[in-house]
Amino acid sequence: MTADQLIIFLSGIVGGALRVGVPFLFVSLGECLTEKSGRINLGLEGVLVLSAMTAFGASYLSGSPWVGVLAGAVAGALLATLHGLLCSLPRVNDIATGIALMLLGMGLAFYLGKPLIQPQAPQLPALSLGGWSESAAVRSALEVNALLPLGLLMAVLLWWAFSNTRLGLLVRLAGDSANATRALGYSVSGIRIAATAAGGFIAGLGGASLTLFYPGSWNEGISSGQGLIAVALVIFARWSPLRCVGAALLFGGAGAIGPALQSVGIGWGYHLFNIVPYVLTLLILVLTCRPGVVVPGSPGELSSTR
Amino acid sequence: MRNILLPVGAIGVSLLLFGLIVSFSGVSPVEVWVLLFKGAFGDWYSWQNTLQRAAPLMLTALCVAIPARAGLTVIGGEGALVLGGLACAALAQAVPLPTNLAGTVMVCLAGALAGGLWVALAGWLRQYRGINETISSLLLAYVAIGLFKHLVEGPLRDPASLNKPSTPALDEGLLISTIAGSDVHWGLVIGVVVCLVAGLWLRLTPSGFAVRVVGGNPRAAQLVGLPATRLVVLACALGGAAAGLAGAIEVAAVHTSANAALIAGYGYAGILVSFMARHHPVAVIPVAILFGGFGAAGSLLQRRLGLPDASVLLLQGIAFVLILASEALRDTDWKAWFAKLARVPSAEPAPQGEQT
Repeated sequence: MTADQLIIFLSGIVGGALRVGVPFLFVSLGECLTEKSGRINLGLEGVLVLSAMTAFGASYLSGSPWVGVLAGAVAGALLATLHGLLCSLPRVNDIATGIALMLLGMGLAFYLGKPLIQPQAPQLPALSLGGWSESAAVRSALEVNALLPLGLLMAVLLWWAFSNTRLGLLVRLAGDSANATRALGYSVSGIRIAATAAGGFIAGLGGASLTLFYPGSWNEGISSGQGLIAVALVIFARWSPLRCVGAALLFGGAGAIGPALQSVGIGWGYHLFNIVPYVLTLLILVLTCRPGVVVPGSPGELSSTR
Repeated sequence: MRNILLPVGAIGVSLLLFGLIVSFSGVSPVEVWVLLFKGAFGDWYSWQNTLQRAAPLMLTALCVAIPARAGLTVIGGEGALVLGGLACAALAQAVPLPTNLAGTVMVCLAGALAGGLWVALAGWLRQYRGINETISSLLLAYVAIGLFKHLVEGPLRDPASLNKPSTPALDEGLLISTIAGSDVHWGLVIGVVVCLVAGLWLRLTPSGFAVRVVGGNPRAAQLVGLPATRLVVLACALGGAAAGLAGAIEVAAVHTSANAALIAGYGYAGILVSFMARHHPVAVIPVAILFGGFGAAGSLLQRRLGLPDASVLLLQGIAFVLILASEALRDTDWKAWFAKLARVPSAEPAPQGEQT
């Protein structure tokens, strides 16, 4: 590999981390908020696909990508609300409901999104951060998603709100002890439904950035488990919104290895490099989980870590 | 009784909802319901199509059902199925096998072994590392699909397969034939037998009982000294073996080689089948036939009414959500509910009288 190729490869990885990492960031922030309230939403995979389709469709019909972003987020919030409501019924398990919503979200998205596979929708503008560089590869790699600053802001805001606002403390209270919440006179189900819906809204922004920025088109393979990786990513980030940022960028970088190698002309093992994020997730789970020991930072009421 | 009525009611309501949704695209819901029935169970041709799809569904549903009886929610059946198909094709390619029944049994066992090991890994990760098996099994499924694509498009590829990368076709003698006088292959019989055996194993044998104890009450299992870890991994391995067998049968009976057509979502539909059968291996048989029927009717809906091919996936999604939601009604005291309903009309006339 020559020096030029190395620069192209590295900028491919960094650019990929910024591009591929954005959906991960939003979904993991949404999942983080949901799990902080004591519920797990595996259905975020379905939320991601449905909001990606809705955002693309709304952008195509209205001509404005920002309308698309809003529509995607609202669609995500609606599907997540359904999850929140279903889980509040007696005898309904949140993990099973999440699997069902994963299927429902994909079914709805593929059914309604069939006519959207061909057309091109207006895309979100890119923020150019690479103006300082001479190299075209570096410049194109640093064309970042306009939603990225919003995601970073949201991570800081969530982190601050969890420890400094009444709402944030209530969410954590519902997540750590349902009984204490009831004793203070709050509705545990109400808090959890609200947190799940808000989480779906945030995850919907991730879906919008899939179809409106990168890869920038709608097809049925738009998400392959990103929503699910995000669930594992939250465990890795030990339920801290700030650590979610680092984790999302790490996973974006891992997902970018395959395309970056292809850009320097190495096509071998394309599918093998595509499974790197999944393997990395499994490795991280192996390293962070211990049998019989609750992961530090995990909300006390969470069913997935017990 | 409720075990049957609740899912049947949920399916009924989901068909109603599905009709409502398709009516928004200008299609008559009645026509959709008639075609769903005709395409699934209308004539002998549809029945053959239905049964052919039901065979792998039964086996992938077992991949959810057996671990579920040991207390695990495993959803990675698709990965086990894909690896099972790959192992079947790879064994036939690597070793000269006897081209008779013995060879067919060997390729099927290879598939079952591959699938079993893959899902056992998810069970092992949960028991030894405390990793949530739902997440790890689905991640493993994506890894399996990536490996499958890499091997089928790379090292194991038949150079003659140009547009559709495949492994070399299985020898004629290794293929699973159709049942005399029909298009349905013997895989259906294998599926039914495996479901029955799994049901009997859980019901009648000490090891099956032990698995159910571990799933029902882990604390009790610990107190009586059952080897919980071994039993959980065993249940996962058996479930994975069933899904791997499904992949091997699909290759040996339908596709004749391992290619991307194998990744058809049977693993995901199997999750729904198992949940609707309440993780009961024998109940899996009729439920798999029902959903095989919906799958068969899907192509008819697409041809006749121009509905998207994802409409069956949508129907599955609605049905899954409603089946889980129907669990909430399980404890309802219906007699008291009907009594209350009967009392309501007598209380209502008064306000209605005021309005007129």
